[in-house]
Amino acid sequence: MKALNIIESAYRGTLEEQDDTVVWLTHAMKGAGAELDVLLKGNAVNYAVASQHVPSLVFGERVQSHGPHLADDVAGLIGKGITVHIIQEDLDARGIQAGELIDGLTPVARGDLPSLFEGYDHIWHW
Amino acid sequence: MANYLLIESRDPFDSNDVANFYGLASGLAKAGNGVTLFLVQNGVLPARQCSASAALAEVADAGVEVLADAFSLEERGIVAERLVAGVSSAPLDRVIDAMADGHKTIWH
Amino acid sequence: MADKKTLTFAIMDAPYESARTTTALRLIDIAARRGYDINVFAYEGAVYVPFAKQQGHANAVHGHDVEEEDHPLPREWVEALIKETAKNGGKLDWVNCGLCVDERGAGEWVEGVRRGTPGDFWTMAGASDNTLVIPTK
Repeated sequence: MKALNIIESAYRGTLEEQDDTVVWLTHAMKGAGAELDVLLKGNAVNYAVASQHVPSLVFGERVQSHGPHLADDVAGLIGKGITVHIIQEDLDARGIQAGELIDGLTPVARGDLPSLFEGYDHIWHW
Repeated sequence: MANYLLIESRDPFDSNDVANFYGLASGLAKAGNGVTLFLVQNGVLPARQCSASAALAEVADAGVEVLADAFSLEERGIVAERLVAGVSSAPLDRVIDAMADGHKTIWH
Repeated sequence: MADKKTLTFAIMDAPYESARTTTALRLIDIAARRGYDINVFAYEGAVYVPFAKQQGHANAVHGHDVEEEDHPLPREWVEALIKETAKNGGKLDWVNCGLCVDERGAGEWVEGVRRGTPGDFWTMAGASDNTLVIPTK
């Protein structure tokens, strides 16, 4: 069984969670033996921007020093052998250039999604 | 080729990505797959003849079966006579039917 | 009865926040009435759907006391779905993602719910005829 995890919603609760919860879930499922790939679309394409960094959050005297490292987490998926597809049109629409991205991504045109989907038993849009 | 059930819960008044999901439905159908687009929740709003309905009619013209959840329609006061051509009211059971039949099922 | 199926659902929304919660439970109800085996993986805020401490309240705007208001409690819907599935010869296995439970303090739930992991979701999906993920936004 092979599944494609589509990630679209971005920066939703990531500061509280210290993760993107679906990127995290994908890591966890892979660790449990899942055969998975990822498609980044919509605002989630910004997760592939290498230079992103979260400043420390401070509430009164409480300093939250461990922020999320989303680009590293996406790179980590690639490092585990997960193909991370990314919709080229969504990158272009957001002015994100190739040189700004982490290595190892697999760009895909929106029009090619039907043929991409043929390779998966399940397409899970998170 | 496969069968797909695409469930659209969002509406184009609120989300730019609805057009892409409609496009995916049409693209899958043109690639020779069996495709049903099932509108639910606010996703049924463009099914009432309006400025946003043309895009939905185009999906139907591409060979996609376009259904709208009867409960969601009634909840929003959208009566049968006002449905755009090519969209039919259907019970939510159609989603379970499609899942039981092994259709690749994607919720947007 | 028609062929018995096993369906898995993943849900993410906390109760009272989105129409998706009710639609998800409507889908599960249809499967329950068919006597299917049903798996639910509750992720993120959805771990609160079967939270045992949900309680009703009066509604001064409507002029209702607690009883008259009869406020919907999703935990009761979950209990009813577990019962309905069993009545029709199926089983509803509701798994709350454990880490989501911990960080939210949502560790009290109605009977029939259990704690689990993302690995459980993958296992359930692998043993199912189909799986639907209902995302949050």
